Amino acid sequence: MQHVDFSTTKLMEKQIILNEQQFNLTLKRLSHQLIEIHNQFDDTILIGLQPRGIHLLAHLKKFLDETLAREVRCGNLDITFYRDDFRRREKPLIPSVTNIDFSIEKKRVVLIDDVLYTGRTIRSGLDALLAFGRPSSVELLVLIDRRFRRELPIQADYVGKTVDTLTAERVSVEWKETEGKNQVILFTPTEGHE
Amino acid sequence: MNNLSVDNLIAIKDLCQEDIELIFKTADSFKQIINRPIKKVPSLRDITIANLFFENSTRTRISFELAQKRLSADIINFSASASSVKKGETLIDTVNNILAMKVDMVVMRHPNPGASKFLSERVKAKIINAGDGTHEHPTQALLDAYSIREKLGSLEGKKVVIVGDILHSRVALSNIYCLQKLGAEVMVCGPTTLIPKHIHLLGVLVEHNLHKALAWCDVANVLRIQLERQEISFFPSLREYAMLFGLNQSILNNLEKEIVIMHPGPINRGVEMTSDVADGKHAIILDQVENGVAIRMAVTYLLAGKIDR
Repeated sequence: MQHVDFSTTKLMEKQIILNEQQFNLTLKRLSHQLIEIHNQFDDTILIGLQPRGIHLLAHLKKFLDETLAREVRCGNLDITFYRDDFRRREKPLIPSVTNIDFSIEKKRVVLIDDVLYTGRTIRSGLDALLAFGRPSSVELLVLIDRRFRRELPIQADYVGKTVDTLTAERVSVEWKETEGKNQVILFTPTEGHE
Repeated sequence: MNNLSVDNLIAIKDLCQEDIELIFKTADSFKQIINRPIKKVPSLRDITIANLFFENSTRTRISFELAQKRLSADIINFSASASSVKKGETLIDTVNNILAMKVDMVVMRHPNPGASKFLSERVKAKIINAGDGTHEHPTQALLDAYSIREKLGSLEGKKVVIVGDILHSRVALSNIYCLQKLGAEVMVCGPTTLIPKHIHLLGVLVEHNLHKALAWCDVANVLRIQLERQEISFFPSLREYAMLFGLNQSILNNLEKEIVIMHPGPINRGVEMTSDVADGKHAIILDQVENGVAIRMAVTYLLAGKIDR
């Protein structure tokens, strides 16, 4: 949920923190870490959080399906109606699609999102997930962990890259499918830090 | 577009096409939720909604109530028969008394046209019109259009005939506005006495022959004969009405195409349509009911997003 409209934000300095090559290496490493823990993915389900976690999920699934020569079970979860900032925003949040057409009862679930920041999205994700059953365990995988910025006691089990950021900064994960290139960019305001 | 252009849902006439598309898109998500094992989301857990029904209603009230409960809102129900309205209290006083108990949103049905608009100009709470006299019934029109969209893919260029008592029907008026805004062609069909004199000014076709109307349309939305709104007789007998304007299977069999049959309920079986039509494969009457909850969740959710905090 770190995709922000930058058109209104002035004077941002751009810095690439993961270029295309590093990005793809990181994706590969994350897939291998998942295989180390989950072996053949017999009881494991990967769930991507809408709207931005689903791209990460799609990339990981491609690697995993190729490496394991089997179909890893996946779903997308929309957390809009479980957020705690409804009506604290200017506009109501418009939902994306949830497609989890299997039971997660007694399964090992890996939640997947692009950026871990305050932890509130993940908190909503956990609530939304429980509406589909009681998994035996839930883990969290993120591409970028903006550490020291947490507002809730939530940590990731698998991290692509950890970055230290200021609140005024923005991290944008860009995907080949939507922005044309796999890369992560850090935007820093050139004047007036927090 | 991710916000409604209106603060209250009084009439379809006030909405633009983008509003309706937004409501439909949101309803898609809610329809998915109400088909899950756990049918509830916590979105509106800090919102209180009053359902004020100054006129009898069963399915609209239940549909709204269920929609609100699925969104985790707190609700209070009020019906005129059990209230101080009988003791002479005015509408504004009744509503202000309820709002003094910190209610954020009001769903109101009232026998007088314009009652919800009147209220929306005088109180702070968000108002959803659940039917005001013979004026409008916006959520019904939205769920009807949503059901057609679900069945036929889109409203654009589709031909919809509204059959029956157009004169007394708020459903007809809301449907005409809603269907036209979504690009459908609309025809009304019924006895001359039940078609308003100047309705063609709304850009609808008028037809008094049911067979011709059905041959023209893709969808037939058959309205209930509202005997309770008719102080004088508008047609000689129910039997004659049923013979001239009632749908039965043989009429449908004689058409060269398949049409979708809708009814907002409650059905007078044997008057507006026979049982084999109402229970037949072309009828989407129960889909309308299911979609009603999703549409009302969407409207409630989107308007609740506009409450100041």
